Amino acid sequence: MFNFKNVKYKDILDIKDLHIEKNKITCIVGESGSGKTTLLKLFNKLISPDKGKIKYMDKNLRDFDSVKLRREVVMLPQSPAIYEGSVKDNLLIGLKFSEKDEVAQEDSLKKILKEVSLNKNLQDNAEKMSGGEQQRLALGRIILLDPNVYLLDEPSSALDEETEYLVIEKMVDHVRKNNKTLIMVTHTKRIAEEFADNIVEVNKGKIVSSGGVDHE
Amino acid sequence: MNSIIELGILQVAAAYIFSLIVLVIVKIRGISREKEIIISTIRMTLQLIFTGYVLVYIFENMNPWITVLVILIMEVFAIQNIFKRTKDELSKKMKTIIAGSMAAGTLVSLIFFLFVVIQISPWYNPRYFIPIAGMLIGNSMTGISLGVDRLVDGMNSKKHMVESSLMLGATPKVASKEIVDNAFDAAILPTINSMVGMGIVFLPGMMTGQILSGTSPVTAIEYQIAIMMGILGSVSLTVILFVQLGYRTFFNDQDQLTLND
Repeated sequence: MFNFKNVKYKDILDIKDLHIEKNKITCIVGESGSGKTTLLKLFNKLISPDKGKIKYMDKNLRDFDSVKLRREVVMLPQSPAIYEGSVKDNLLIGLKFSEKDEVAQEDSLKKILKEVSLNKNLQDNAEKMSGGEQQRLALGRIILLDPNVYLLDEPSSALDEETEYLVIEKMVDHVRKNNKTLIMVTHTKRIAEEFADNIVEVNKGKIVSSGGVDHE
Repeated sequence: MNSIIELGILQVAAAYIFSLIVLVIVKIRGISREKEIIISTIRMTLQLIFTGYVLVYIFENMNPWITVLVILIMEVFAIQNIFKRTKDELSKKMKTIIAGSMAAGTLVSLIFFLFVVIQISPWYNPRYFIPIAGMLIGNSMTGISLGVDRLVDGMNSKKHMVESSLMLGATPKVASKEIVDNAFDAAILPTINSMVGMGIVFLPGMMTGQILSGTSPVTAIEYQIAIMMGILGSVSLTVILFVQLGYRTFFNDQDQLTLND
């Protein structure tokens, strides 16, 4: 689905070869400061490489309209922005940004809150929620967008171990059930080993290993 | 009521007493500002004397080229002043947009005001052209300076929010809408506030000047109302042009945010 060839970005990333499979779950692991977030931003053209080629669905990424691509390949940053307003406003803002006309019913919004294990009312003030709650709300927001590819940057960094496991498990279920692709940066080894189909390890801007995981 | 009291040299000189009073105060209190007060008093005096003679010459030798030249000089000085006043280093693209917005916004308002509202004749009559251009350009300059600061500050401090919105598939325009709106608001607020206090809290300079020179207060007020509308129009037009084009300088042709960390 994604192919990187001799990609260089400033002095942060230097990737000879990287292949991301469609409908699979790929975890990117590595020390902090190794370039994981920068790598994630290359997938949806939030940044472009200085050298090398990235292909998405066999087409040069450079030829995609960036905004349209980002509606298909949606990214969740490590500390996502929470906009002024209620939980509902924050869920719906993604639809507004991506100019999707579909009307989301309250029931489906509530279902999404359940999916991200967020026990809140739609009318609650989103800005007053804890970091972990906001992280899950933002995750719900991108699930509502129903993209082909999810790019998640440490989506559970503000959660306790138990909630983290629960949220990721549901997210992975959702991705598998709907035939989506998930690329996730994570610092939790257990999460990567348990849920990933492929693990990509980054160290000092280079891919040091990339391969499938045996789930027994 | 139609004749104005002419001021003689001695009378004007007497007014410098005020400057001397300030000098004495800062001296006694040990505030080291004497140099600035003296320099600003001298500068103000020389600049006004010079401008006075220039205006006398221009009014007596009405010529369309001279009028146009004066307006151009005013625009260039105003634009330079905006560049100097802004806190942040501006990109070349941003400077071009500031200059373009200033020129387009003020000239369109000026032409409308002089030819449709006042209907001056001949079209280049400097007695109207120059002071009115000064007011429109000066106020637009202040407005756009505020707008530039607010836009640059907003983009820097809310970079994270803008980037998050881009990640959700927002266009750069939508992602920076809040910042652009804030910049526009900050830029036109002083003009709106001055309209609120006008006539009660203070008598505006142009109106005071006209009244002192013997114009009926009713005529002076008519002019003041018209010029306030002109200023509001010119400031708004200039600033909306600027913010609508200015936010784009923070993005490249791939719709990527180009601000460095």
